Amino acid sequence: MINADRLNLPYTSAEWSLPSSRKVAITSLIVTESAMFSIFVVAYVYYIGKSLTGPYPAEVLETPIVSTICLLASSLTIVLAERSFKRESIGAFRLWWSTTILLAAVFLGSTAAEWKRLIVDHHLTISTNLFGTTFYSLVGLHASHVIVGLTLLTLVLVLSLKKSIRKADGERIEMLSWYWHFVDGVWVVVFTVVYVIGR
Amino acid sequence: MVAANPEIPLARPLVSPSIVTRLHGLVVTVDHKKLGLMYIASALFFLVVAGLMASVIRLQLALPNNNIVAPDTFNRLFTVHGTAMVFFVGMPIVAGLSNYLVPLMIGARDMAFPRLNAFGYWMFLFGAALLFFSYIGAPGLSGHGSAPDVGWFAYAPLTGRAFSRGNSTDYWTLCLLVSGIGSLSSAVNVIATAFGMRSPGMTLMRMPLFVWMMVVVSAMMFIVIPPLTAAQIMLLIDRFLGGNFFNTQSGGSAVLWQHFFWIFGHPEVYVLMIPGFACASEIIPVFSRKPIFGYSAMVGATTMIAFVSMGVWAHHMFSMGMTSVGNTFFMISTMAISVPTGIKIFNWLATMYGGKIRFELPMLCCLAFLFQFLIAGLTGIMLAAVPFDWHLTDTYFVVAHFHYVLIGGMLFCIFGGIYYWFPKATGRMLNKTLGLWHVALFFIGFHLTFDTMHIPGLLGMPRRIYTYDPGRGWELLNLITSIGVVFQIVGIACLAWNLIRSLRKGEKAGDDPWDAWTLEWATTSPPPEYNFETVPPVRSARPLWDLKHPEDPDWKYE
Repeated sequence: MINADRLNLPYTSAEWSLPSSRKVAITSLIVTESAMFSIFVVAYVYYIGKSLTGPYPAEVLETPIVSTICLLASSLTIVLAERSFKRESIGAFRLWWSTTILLAAVFLGSTAAEWKRLIVDHHLTISTNLFGTTFYSLVGLHASHVIVGLTLLTLVLVLSLKKSIRKADGERIEMLSWYWHFVDGVWVVVFTVVYVIGR
Repeated sequence: MVAANPEIPLARPLVSPSIVTRLHGLVVTVDHKKLGLMYIASALFFLVVAGLMASVIRLQLALPNNNIVAPDTFNRLFTVHGTAMVFFVGMPIVAGLSNYLVPLMIGARDMAFPRLNAFGYWMFLFGAALLFFSYIGAPGLSGHGSAPDVGWFAYAPLTGRAFSRGNSTDYWTLCLLVSGIGSLSSAVNVIATAFGMRSPGMTLMRMPLFVWMMVVVSAMMFIVIPPLTAAQIMLLIDRFLGGNFFNTQSGGSAVLWQHFFWIFGHPEVYVLMIPGFACASEIIPVFSRKPIFGYSAMVGATTMIAFVSMGVWAHHMFSMGMTSVGNTFFMISTMAISVPTGIKIFNWLATMYGGKIRFELPMLCCLAFLFQFLIAGLTGIMLAAVPFDWHLTDTYFVVAHFHYVLIGGMLFCIFGGIYYWFPKATGRMLNKTLGLWHVALFFIGFHLTFDTMHIPGLLGMPRRIYTYDPGRGWELLNLITSIGVVFQIVGIACLAWNLIRSLRKGEKAGDDPWDAWTLEWATTSPPPEYNFETVPPVRSARPLWDLKHPEDPDWKYE
């Protein structure tokens, strides 16, 4: 091995700061997920109005206003939770974090209710027609991301209640909130495509 | 493990560990070097397996009206051969090289997420296992099917429940889904490592070109693998839940599958090819004794290839009947990609120009690569022209073209990379005589096979046909094509024997056998688990040149 010290090189140790690996990685994950969602969105848009048989979206879809407000609001509450975490007021953190979980659960619950209504009342399943196929896969893909997010959020809450989260975990919590914002952002696209354009 | 500093020998166990202990060590390891070598070793193993499958294909096609394998076996052979070569040879070699080399080249201790790294490897291996297990697993209870037989791009509606009974297509789908997750985890790791763990002084524009290109490839994977994953999910929904994505009877579109597949499929060629460029960009300067010509132009050209390659996919689909606007767009974008690739070729030539070229094995491979890749690019431009493509799409001309890219281009660079970095990874040199035999035989075999293969394509021989009648003027050409395979097999056997033999008996390499300039040569061969005791200062793109030539360092001119 070449010994650097012996060669006496001009080497100034300037300030050396690099982006956090976690942030780079979660950004990469978000780019990847966006690419995947865009393919499902393309398939949805491509098949709008191409179903050969009913039920058609205009007949059966109802705009999910409440659940959308809940999901978008959860982006706000998670930011508040994050801020409380940074201020080390753990009570406020737990409060806002639980609110986020609650809002996400309401969203999932209303998706479940919507699916039940579509399947039971309107006999729209994933194999009924192109609308069913694309609708359940796009909304289902998003819902599965909500489920993953909800699981992680709950995990953090449990860990926080067990007092095993330290200040050093702040970046991890921030990364989780980035993912959560992404899931919300995707919902804006899904909402626009499915309930606004697709109807 | 070798002690990094001879004055402080590391404690060695008196008894060497048993084979079970060693295997256990491999299973639980999160060390980027071990994982890198495991990736490469598995990839070389699958190279041999899928290569033997290709040999059976060529044996079947050597003579007209041959009947060595049954037609359905033949379909399985070319499907598994193609899938395995792309996903279980090309991708893991890329992952293995970047895993092994990126941390060493930027002076890091390990990858950013070692456990994720191990997860990626095991996902890849699980995917490969699924593909090969399909031979026994796919018939299942229904007794239909065996290995997948739908071709490596598996066009709808061939993959529909009605036309592909049993579970062969499901094995294909799942193996790609699983290995795609593996590739993505390794890509996330490479990017996070290269951005977040560079040693002090290594700015982005001082990173070795190898690292730059691996970063670009990983970024490409984020965009191009998800469409494949999404398409596979859709196919699974179609097959298991009765979905209609690709079911034309209920209004679905078979062409949509082609779009989704090739949005992945064409950039994938560059995902495989750019790592070849990456090896060449490290090897050519070192063996020409000159710094790379046009470093920033190389970085720019690589990025440009990444961008342009995402807008060319439908050139695989000219015969589908797109609009003339679509045809023209994809023709021009496809031809435009030869600009950045041309920049690269000229930069490598300019690097060699006036250099003191050492004709060692890595350099020989890269020289072969340079002109083979040029020819592959030229046939690529021919195929990009829509009217020409209408005649030759799905003929052996296309088969010859992409094998020229992936073997003549990528694989030769990978061979070069193996000869170049084997001493670093093992501490021993590969035998030069055996190496010359390997390169010469493989070179002859490659050209016999794939130069000749263009002509039956021009004469109209379609790809994937099981056999052909005599009297079309294809017999001699196919025979020559098949004879070339013999040379390739012997060549690969030389390489395999060389790798196994040199591991034990190769001459000691020392830390820096090639007098190279990037950081990986500053540590011992093989590197200790912690990689570097001290990382040399980085003040230019060639830190080791600066160390070795304090009278004329690069940083004075940057």
